[in-house]
Amino acid sequence: MTRIDPRTAVVSDRLAGVQRIIGVTGSKGGIGKSVVASLLALSLADRGVRVGLFDLDFTSPSDHVVLGADRRFPDEEFGIDPHRVEGIDMMSVAFFAGDAPVPLRGDAATNALLELLAITRWSDLDVLVLDMPPGLGDTNLDVIRLLPRLEFLLVGNGSRVVIESVRRALTLFAELEVPMVGLLENMHRGTSTAIADLAAAHRVCFLGSIPYDETLEEALGDAASLRQTAVYAGVPTLD
Amino acid sequence: MHELALADSVVKAALQAADDAGITRIGRIVVKVGELQQIEKDLFEFSLTSVIPSQDPRLADAEFDVAEEAVRFACRACGTEYGRSDVDIDSAGDEGEAVHFIPELSHAFARCPSCASPDFDITQGRGITLERIEGSADDAD
Ligand SMILES: Nc1ncnc2c1ncn2[C@@H]1O[C@H](COP(=O)(O)OP(=O)(O)O)[C@@H](O)[C@H]1O
Ligand SMILES: [Mg+2]
Ligand SMILES: [Zn+2]
Repeated sequence: MTRIDPRTAVVSDRLAGVQRIIGVTGSKGGIGKSVVASLLALSLADRGVRVGLFDLDFTSPSDHVVLGADRRFPDEEFGIDPHRVEGIDMMSVAFFAGDAPVPLRGDAATNALLELLAITRWSDLDVLVLDMPPGLGDTNLDVIRLLPRLEFLLVGNGSRVVIESVRRALTLFAELEVPMVGLLENMHRGTSTAIADLAAAHRVCFLGSIPYDETLEEALGDAASLRQTAVYAGVPTLD
Repeated sequence: MHELALADSVVKAALQAADDAGITRIGRIVVKVGELQQIEKDLFEFSLTSVIPSQDPRLADAEFDVAEEAVRFACRACGTEYGRSDVDIDSAGDEGEAVHFIPELSHAFARCPSCASPDFDITQGRGITLERIEGSADDAD
């Protein structure tokens, strides 16, 4: 008998009280995954949904910046407890790393993910939102492998640079049979219907278009201001 | 104490491994505690005994064998191999605390002693591993 990684034995236990696990993903950086994931969580919490937000972009965590969460160590008991921010249960490596850069290769990212899955005590949640790193690399493949109940919400925009990678992502997720919440267009400008067309062609739900919002930058870090933005208004309601 | 969550994972993994191997009575559960994570051996042994389900017949005779393993790093940039005493992670402060929860955060704080690179592999002694279980198949079951 060889060495066993004990952490995989408890991943499903630790998420047993979670009804839905939604990974907000996208094949590119800078398209608004973190803003969408954070404001999706905020809008769900505001409507009384029990929601968690787990920042899995370990090398570039952002959700604490978007929501204005303090960076401090989580409380430790039988595991570690997420922070409560605006009614959202939040976990992030930013709570541990301070200002230090966190350079991680794939294996290390997988280990960090497994460690946090094994020790984080999520309470009973209707939805756990995962903020994914960009691309079709390690952590995206890890959540597909480790979390059989995962659904993806794919963020894209109408730029030709983005469309091709959205198409690749849709093809892969169909091949791997990952359930899709749908495709959400962010930073919509002009009249392009490319993302809606792509959703139709790949038979996934088109979740709408969030316009480019000039006020977003000012609103970051302040929940009351974030509630006034087009992103907050445009995230799907999931019902 | 987040050690309890890790101890719970060891016991559950041991039970899964026993079922996979057709073991109905576990004799020994052999665990390694890696130096990097800074979990005290005594505390971890205590955690294991406090999470073990007392009613499970598979565990009635189970004993834990917990050993420590030194951490080793291998630099990807220059090839140097080094240990815990070669790196400067303040174990008492926030850095040590961060690495205690997530050993990969050593990449945030530790640097290769030869070339100062953060690009290293942790080749052993990272955290908790279940080395093996020993036991027997009880034919009466
Ligand atoms: N709808 C939008 N309107 C204006 N700016 C946006 C919008 N969505 C995202 N942004 C901005 O774009 C940048 C990248 O967003 P972010 O959520 O970090 O992307 P990702 O997580 O995909 O890398 C941030 O500065 C964010 O504030
Ligand atoms: Mg992001
Ligand atoms: Zn080196």
